[in-house]
Amino acid sequence: MLYAIICYGAEAKVRSLDRKADDALMEKLGKVHEKLVHAKKLGPHFRLMTTGTAKTVRAGEPQVFDGPFAETKEALLGLYLVDCPSLDDALATARELEVERIRAGVGGTLEVRPLLSYFEGTAL
Amino acid sequence: MIDDAWLESALAAARPQAMGALLRYFRDLDAAEEAFQEACLRALQRWPQEGPPRSPAAWLIQVGRNAELDQVRRRARNRELPSEELLSNLEDAEAALAVGLAASHYRDDILRLLFICCHPDLPATQQIAVALRIVCGLSVEQIARAFLVSESAMEQRITRAKRRVASADVPFETPGAPERAERLAAVAAMIYLIFNEGYSANSGEAPLRAPFCDEAIRLARLLLRLFQDEPEIMGLLALFLLQHARAAARLDAEGGIVLLEDQDRSLWNAQLIAEGLALIDKAVRHRRRGPYQVQAAIAALHAQAARPEDTDWVQIDLLYAALETLQPSPVVTLNRAVAVSKVRGPAAALEMIEPLAPRLGHYFHFFGVKGALLLQLGRKEEARVAFDQAIALANTAAEAAHIRMHLDRLIQESAARGDAEDSRQITHGRESC
Repeated sequence: MLYAIICYGAEAKVRSLDRKADDALMEKLGKVHEKLVHAKKLGPHFRLMTTGTAKTVRAGEPQVFDGPFAETKEALLGLYLVDCPSLDDALATARELEVERIRAGVGGTLEVRPLLSYFEGTAL
Repeated sequence: MIDDAWLESALAAARPQAMGALLRYFRDLDAAEEAFQEACLRALQRWPQEGPPRSPAAWLIQVGRNAELDQVRRRARNRELPSEELLSNLEDAEAALAVGLAASHYRDDILRLLFICCHPDLPATQQIAVALRIVCGLSVEQIARAFLVSESAMEQRITRAKRRVASADVPFETPGAPERAERLAAVAAMIYLIFNEGYSANSGEAPLRAPFCDEAIRLARLLLRLFQDEPEIMGLLALFLLQHARAAARLDAEGGIVLLEDQDRSLWNAQLIAEGLALIDKAVRHRRRGPYQVQAAIAALHAQAARPEDTDWVQIDLLYAALETLQPSPVVTLNRAVAVSKVRGPAAALEMIEPLAPRLGHYFHFFGVKGALLLQLGRKEEARVAFDQAIALANTAAEAAHIRMHLDRLIQESAARGDAEDSRQITHGRESC
């Protein structure tokens, strides 16, 4: 089963890490990623730029908005695509990914949601 | 689970909001600072034991407010100290407060705090010092070292500045739209100053002032979170990111200046550039042009050139022309002349800077550019005179050394009777490094 692990977090916290701390966190996460790749679980995953770079298109409205309007709410930071045999396993995988983020103090939430359909697209 | 690095970054992230709210309660900078310090001390003691609160800023505001009120009462000697239990039962209050904060005051609190720092009565360096101390929480020692003054002198400077803004009238009511816009513009200008102070530091100061750029970027990010649809704030942040992306390439091993066209572009930070480009893209869609956006667009054109010869000088010339109408200044024209020299040749550029002589007669870069243009035209004797004037006006050893290199080359060339055209540029600020 394919699951999306969607990372939410308070941007201000992530952004309050200086570059060294950010690099250290990414490096530690990288080790977890490697392990998951090795186990043939981890598919495409990415980190998004800040919400400051986001535009929002709403159905039925001609206007494009600046946003998301997440002042204190947690914002979407990035997304993993994993292949796990069960929801439990997907949750365990999400916890593995979360541990390093908690250690680095950026915390946040990981939402695990099964995919309805998956399209390969092309390798970018 | 909580480590020191986390605590430090959580307190730093909560600082502007907490300070802004405490300032609104106490209407006094010193009281707000005292309250915040006290709250931080308690956070350091309690968070590692109890775990972090849901909203660090709300916790700090609540605890800081109570602690400061205690202080006031204690000074008045009319009360017993309240027990610690009163303070430890914060969960509900905190949740309510967090909701209230997000809803109403959050934005204006932070804006007011920043606005107080850039009071028009304060000279630029004081604005920068006060903002770095109060909003960013840099230590007096750190700021003093960056400005090459003693700690006690900086302490005095900041105290004087605070006294000055304390006596000034900053209304604490919720500002109306025009005031908000006015405050935002003043605050953006102050953050721009902080960035430039870090960016234009010479090699000796650079390591001491590096945090200035980081803090300016942090503040610009904060401002953009507060004002998500302001294209000039997007432009401001984009400009910082695009300029800061070149930091690693701007000084050589000896701390000398490396010109833009000589920089190793593989050292530029691609991630910062990508974000800067995304922001400026987004800003221009608003079709409300402003000086920060134009400057960011110029920086973007440099960042997008894989090699110096790929630089789109025609566009850069047009953007400087736009900047001249938005923010006329001889320095902008001087920069434009550099672009013009690339597009229409050195003679046209020289013609453009001649009228600037009366206003830029004491400006190092004016003579640097003039010398370089004359050199390109083969007018070596006049170039030498201009370079000599530049050296006399150099502010830093690196600037002087840079011009001297040109002079040495001139001397060598005349010795070798070589007439090879020197196409190198000496340029100013944005167009140089």
